[in-house]
Amino acid sequence: MDIMEKESIFSPRNLKLLTEPLGKNNPITVQVLGICSALAVTVKLKPALVMSLSVIIVTGMSNLVIAAFRKYIPETIRIIVQLVVIATLVILVDQFLKAYVFDVSKQLSVFVGLIITNCIIMGRLEAFAMANKPWPSFLDGIGNGAGYGLILVVVAFFRELLGSGTVYGYPVLEKLGLFKTGYENNGMVILPPMALIFVGLIIWFQRSRDKSLVEKN
Amino acid sequence: MKQFSNRYIFIFSSVMVIAVAALLSLAATLLQPAQTRNLEIEKKRNMLESINVAATRENTADLYGKYIKEGFVINSRGEMIEGVDAFSVVLRNEQKKPLAEQYLPVFRAVPDDGEQVVILPVEGKGLWGPIFGYISLRSDMNTIYGVNFDHKGETPGLGAEINTSAFESQFRGKKLYDNTDFISVHVVKGGAREGDVHGVDAISGGTITSKGLEMMIHDCMLKYNDFLLKNRN
Repeated sequence: MDIMEKESIFSPRNLKLLTEPLGKNNPITVQVLGICSALAVTVKLKPALVMSLSVIIVTGMSNLVIAAFRKYIPETIRIIVQLVVIATLVILVDQFLKAYVFDVSKQLSVFVGLIITNCIIMGRLEAFAMANKPWPSFLDGIGNGAGYGLILVVVAFFRELLGSGTVYGYPVLEKLGLFKTGYENNGMVILPPMALIFVGLIIWFQRSRDKSLVEKN
Repeated sequence: MKQFSNRYIFIFSSVMVIAVAALLSLAATLLQPAQTRNLEIEKKRNMLESINVAATRENTADLYGKYIKEGFVINSRGEMIEGVDAFSVVLRNEQKKPLAEQYLPVFRAVPDDGEQVVILPVEGKGLWGPIFGYISLRSDMNTIYGVNFDHKGETPGLGAEINTSAFESQFRGKKLYDNTDFISVHVVKGGAREGDVHGVDAISGGTITSKGLEMMIHDCMLKYNDFLLKNRN
């Protein structure tokens, strides 16, 4: 423990907490958590980005809070305490969105509230924050939130491009003159099931690149 | 892990709950002015959209001043009620009262083409929650000039399609009355036949929302029946 105390705040070990969830230990494609909200908010890039930011804030802060109080939280009620912390943070995020980014909050509507039930957050609290110091926990939260966000943004990019022909609301395909050649937007990409297919494609791609992720049997 | 006494657990939970409650009420109080302003802009913007004026958040206030001339409140017999601000009437609360006591807001607007239109608010139930909007009528108090619909949480891609312009634009030119008989506008599954002035195409996969929308238009417009018949020209 003493060695860890002298560790610098961006030591290799800490950085790994931040970067691993982006790839090798991605919450969506490897741990397969938080899929439900990934389906809902990936039709357009903008809500996906805001959702990602909100989840990063909530995972980071809840990990930080829980890790800071981890020695004082009675084990018998720890799940309740975790839920209270998550719910508080989510309500705060929701209130802020309603006050300052109203359009986006309207698009996300119920899904902001559903961050509370996002399995990634409680999973990280239980698996990491309850047993680690605040700073590494904070990094772990940010990393996992970002790993979730990364997939969300990639899926949203393709769904928006193929489904609506735009990127972040900018009509790219129209500017390229693609529609004149008879190209049409694919309405199916907008429907929720297609998000699953995209997530599946990402998982396929990732596993074909990194064989250590493939199960033995 | 260390064992904690029951006493400690109770104190811990009480302190936690009180701290969280204080934090949340503080945030809610501080952010409320900004949130109320957003809702007000949203309401004005929806009204403008119902007379086919596209507004952004920034120019909503200006455009509202330019196009919306006045707002007043009537009762179900079409008589004017003095001293009530039409803009602040909350339809959901009114719908809980008996019909004779309900405040029915009416807004007068003049779009660029010079048509004298009235904008009437509507509110009803979709599949998951409330749906609401504005319907504007031409000066014959019969032909729909434009509509705007919105919803709280209908399914994206299905019921949520009611707030797309593709769905909304179908309502333009539809009629509520056949002479003096109130018919309303029906949402027809499988598509309205061509030339049907009382029908629009339903949303495939959004049957319950479509039905709710149809009921909303029928119920809300019927309350204005006396007013609409009286003010025809």
